[in-house]
Amino acid sequence: MSLFRKHRWSLVLGFAFAIFVGASLLAGFEPGEAIGRHFLAFFIQMLKVLPCVFVVIGLFDVWVKTETVEKHLGHGSGPASYIWSVLLAGVIVGGVHVALPVAHALREKRARLGVILAFLSASGLCRIPMTLFEASFLGWKFTAVRFAVSLPLVVVFAALIGAWFERSAYRLPELGRG
Amino acid sequence: MLALYIVTAVLLLASLVASPSRTRRALVIAWRRFAAIAPAFVVMLVFVALGLYFVPDRLLFGALAPESQWAAMGAGLGVGSVSLMPGFVAFPLCGLLLERGAPYMVLSAFSTTLMMVGIVTLPIEVRYLGLRLSLARNAAGLITAVAVALATGLVFGELL
Repeated sequence: MSLFRKHRWSLVLGFAFAIFVGASLLAGFEPGEAIGRHFLAFFIQMLKVLPCVFVVIGLFDVWVKTETVEKHLGHGSGPASYIWSVLLAGVIVGGVHVALPVAHALREKRARLGVILAFLSASGLCRIPMTLFEASFLGWKFTAVRFAVSLPLVVVFAALIGAWFERSAYRLPELGRG
Repeated sequence: MLALYIVTAVLLLASLVASPSRTRRALVIAWRRFAAIAPAFVVMLVFVALGLYFVPDRLLFGALAPESQWAAMGAGLGVGSVSLMPGFVAFPLCGLLLERGAPYMVLSAFSTTLMMVGIVTLPIEVRYLGLRLSLARNAAGLITAVAVALATGLVFGELL
């Protein structure tokens, strides 16, 4: 019940949108149909990936000990933790919408804030299929420059922002742990 | 994509064999986390679908062609920040622009912000990270993109 109240405006918007697209289909209103098609394409794309991602996060939640994550990615874990987070980011599928719930779950197991920030930004930068694509259209020199400049900056910024927010004992919003 | 399904299935099976009750708990957690964020996703997709109709990709790319390369770079940063485009759409278009004489610097500004700064995904990011941290992360991404674009301009001899 509280779920419905909390998401009231999302529900209203969702219904209004559904009615708009449905009416467009009935009336043959072309722009409405196109918008509906775009929505559906993205929706299906997400639906293909997200259930798996959340199941894996759920398993991670019950099986992986907090101490394990804390030891490798938490306070006092050293610079290697950043290498782990970038590597993890490189193999992850999908974009930031997949990386965000993963990062949140890692943080709940006491990963350092800097480490999950590096993971998030790197997951945008180093996706392997995307990189191959980029290089084939813009050349390897272009891709090499991008990696050489962005990766160190990602780690430096993540560490700085992480340290800055940890100092004020920043807490992520709680999500779905009732 | 198939690999993801296989990995998930194998992990789920292994977990089920090891402990059915824990597996149940894992699925409950998975569902709760999913339900907590699903409405935000739907809202984002509604806006993306509307945005894509009113501002098609080709129009966005048209904005990358001002005469001054600094203005073009600024446009690249802006367009990359607001778009949500899969790589298989973005890079072929970048290739096309390159053939038409767009500087590497501009394409770099665009593609780096595309990957690192997400205005459209910000509402979801805020749900996970909170507003302040999301803004800090995206601002850092923007600065990084400027640095990458300038470096690209130097390497390809477009700046000096």
